[in-house]
Amino acid sequence: MAKRSAPEVNAGSMADIAFLLLIFFLVTTTIETDSGISRKLPPIEDSPEDVKIKQKNIFTVLLNGRDQLLVEDELMELKDLRPAAVKFLDNGGDGTCDYCNGTKDPSSSDNPDKAIISLKNDRETTYGVYISVQNELVAAYNELRNRRALELGPAKGFGKMNFVEMESNYNNVNWGGNKTKLKEVIEQIKIEYPQKLSEVQ
Amino acid sequence: MPKFKKKTGGELPAISTASLPDIVFMLLFFFMVATVMRENTLKIENSLPSADQVEKLGKKDLIMYIYAGKPSRNYVQQYGKEARIQLNDKFAEVSDIAAFVAAERASKREELVPFLITALKVDKKAGMGIVGDIKQELRKVNALKINYTTRQGEVANNF
Repeated sequence: MAKRSAPEVNAGSMADIAFLLLIFFLVTTTIETDSGISRKLPPIEDSPEDVKIKQKNIFTVLLNGRDQLLVEDELMELKDLRPAAVKFLDNGGDGTCDYCNGTKDPSSSDNPDKAIISLKNDRETTYGVYISVQNELVAAYNELRNRRALELGPAKGFGKMNFVEMESNYNNVNWGGNKTKLKEVIEQIKIEYPQKLSEVQ
Repeated sequence: MPKFKKKTGGELPAISTASLPDIVFMLLFFFMVATVMRENTLKIENSLPSADQVEKLGKKDLIMYIYAGKPSRNYVQQYGKEARIQLNDKFAEVSDIAAFVAAERASKREELVPFLITALKVDKKAGMGIVGDIKQELRKVNALKINYTTRQGEVANNF
């Protein structure tokens, strides 16, 4: 009775561990979604109507072939683009916009509904820079919409929820709040600050 | 002293589960490999730009992907250094996009076709020329919903 055989290692739990891994991979590979900046292209029209837009309602952003940013014909750094766009959109020059906080400068945009941002780029512009500019412009819109959401939200029972959170909650299946009410608020904000971003071909 | 004892009693031996992990591991490897294989093999350099104002894209089966960028090192000899378009597993010309969109639409159920989104996965160093061409081509076939796929991050990484 001198030798005792080594006890066998119990491999029964090995299967559980492997199953755990298996389920992990199964779930993660499908959960991963792509994210990005969504845009809608303008449809091709046979007879383009001539819509008269006042020059002061257009905010021209030009990216040239050397990746320089020209805003209203002046050179600008990328970090200054967002405040400039917010200032332009929120101007409210004709006084019809009672929720605007802008300077009401008569030489800038009339109201957020009329204000259009026109983005033009060269064939040589780098895509990364172009996306940065798009991102800043979307951020400008989101900044205004967020501010408006924080003003409107508490009255409708969505206190301390900004526009981006509202949208993500609306798309979230597990969110428990009142979705019809939330949709109304979102729609109202979208009408008050419509995203009018035109790209010149 | 006898080395081998004769078994006594009619007890059934326990079924060995030692091979169960092997079976499960086999399944695990199958899924790991299969999920990777479904994606397109990229023949181009594709480092996406970063942005922080991103929206999530919904259903994966409603998205068609158009890749663009410089051909990767193995293909530079053959295709040059200019940015090219890749559709499904091969290089394509701008004129092939219309056919590609038509094929994607035909493969989806009819009621889902209006919800199709085109995701543009373009290398951040590519020029806007090729992106403009793609957009013009998409407008021609009335595929107007697009998404510039980006990574989550600071825009400063794009320079």
